[in-house]
Amino acid sequence: MGAFGHYLVSHFSTLRLEFWGLLVGGVANGLIYGMVAVGYTLVYGVLRLINFAHSEIVMTGGFTSYFVLRGVIGTSIPNGWATVGVLVVGMVAGGVSGAVMAMLVERVAYRPLRRRRAPQLAYLISAIGASYFLFNLAGKEFGRVLLSVPQPYINHPIFSIFGAPVQLYYLVIVIASVGMLILADQFVGRTRLGRGLRAVAQDSETASLMGVDVNRTIALTFALGGALGGIGGFLLGLGTGVVYTMGFVPALKAFTAAVLGGIGNLRGAMIGGILLGVVESLSIAFVQPAYIDVVAFGILVLVLLVRPTGILGERLGRAA
Amino acid sequence: MTLEVRDAVVRYGAITALHGISFEVRDGEIVTLLGANGAGKTTTLRMLSGLHGVSGGQILFEGQDVTKTPAHVFTTLGIGHVPEGRRIFSQMTVEENLEMGAFARKGSTTDDLERMYETFPILKERRKQLGGNLSGGEQQMLAIGRALMGHPRLLLLDEPSMGLAPMVVETIFRIIGEIREAGTTILLVEQNAAQALRLADRGYVLENGRIVLSDAADLLLTDPRVRAVYLGEGAES
Repeated sequence: MGAFGHYLVSHFSTLRLEFWGLLVGGVANGLIYGMVAVGYTLVYGVLRLINFAHSEIVMTGGFTSYFVLRGVIGTSIPNGWATVGVLVVGMVAGGVSGAVMAMLVERVAYRPLRRRRAPQLAYLISAIGASYFLFNLAGKEFGRVLLSVPQPYINHPIFSIFGAPVQLYYLVIVIASVGMLILADQFVGRTRLGRGLRAVAQDSETASLMGVDVNRTIALTFALGGALGGIGGFLLGLGTGVVYTMGFVPALKAFTAAVLGGIGNLRGAMIGGILLGVVESLSIAFVQPAYIDVVAFGILVLVLLVRPTGILGERLGRAA
Repeated sequence: MTLEVRDAVVRYGAITALHGISFEVRDGEIVTLLGANGAGKTTTLRMLSGLHGVSGGQILFEGQDVTKTPAHVFTTLGIGHVPEGRRIFSQMTVEENLEMGAFARKGSTTDDLERMYETFPILKERRKQLGGNLSGGEQQMLAIGRALMGHPRLLLLDEPSMGLAPMVVETIFRIIGEIREAGTTILLVEQNAAQALRLADRGYVLENGRIVLSDAADLLLTDPRVRAVYLGEGAES
């Protein structure tokens, strides 16, 4: 057996107990990636545009929920039912602010370009501009240091899976994100507005002949993706605090997840997110945690080389 | 009067596609627009659905000025559009496509769906299939059914016979006749001039974005200029 084999065995034996812990953390992270990825994939499906300002929607959700929670509970540490209340307030604040900011970005950075039939490159530059503007504005207004979100009683282990303790925080992530992902999926697949959204994604001109207001539908798409991204921002902030650059890396990973699952495909984004989160987390068993981002983006490059259309690789129109 | 177009001008950038055309469609008529490729037939229909802005002139639908109305409002006003190339939502089922036709309309669609399945029995068989998997003729029926779901009083049909086998074309034209019998006014754009003129009441001939000829359909059928150019007969015959 070679040196690498010994390395694997020794690592597996020492980390076997940690496997379940890593898996739980990976699934939780992956669900957040998935939620943020939905924003990329929806906008891409409808406009064939990568909304690179989506990272700042995550940041907006993080900061808004931070300030709202500060206002509501100050520095006290709620527990019991108050914890549930805090989490709900945080999610609503994150979701609403994310939706509003996403619609604002669409209105200011993209719609004027659409009206002038600008080339695709102009959208990309506009997105990068909006992103830089927003996170630098946040940095200037709110300072460039990490702010801790008022912590409800969330680091308390509530049960264990094969000996790995599962903290309340992870449970919150699972419930919130799975709930939102199902909601988004059903909305797009089953409601009248969702059908309009899919029609615009497939053929916006014909959709308008059917009476679908394309501009409103695009705004709705940004709002839906923005709400999920904003809630993602709240959940991220809850775990690691908020700072003006907080959106960048998670959003880039969510973008990776969206490509991994097949950009434009709603369920693909969710699957891609979970997969990326788990692989990334389990890779800690083999490499130092500092390399975790290398693994994530290595996966992106590999997927693009092997299967450019991603795992599910279909269009948004197919989301039903 | 269902539709009245006065001196309508449409431009694509520097190119003028319609140089001030005027025509009308009266209640209950089938009117056909004839002309070569690039004459401006499709542009005319797209203008009437708000897909192209008008840079001059006026469009009246049932007396109401709709010159500046955005595209998504037309179906609510009562204009249905069966676009060139059918433009079926290929990733939606047949039933979802039909439902899209009633998108802007309030209320239940169950009765309308039943009616469409009576008119187009093949669509009932295929209702759970994706639109993209239908044959050309089935897609054309779906496109017509989809437009009818919006309860139009004026139906714009763009090349409904394009790329279809002669037998299917017969069926499509029979259905267009039935739609008019049921009370819907029709503006029909067709390459197949002979068949269109046999069905229509009146016709207009477009050339390079101008209307060069207009008359009753049976007179156009025998007009030597029309016969020469659009009915594929030599000038000497």
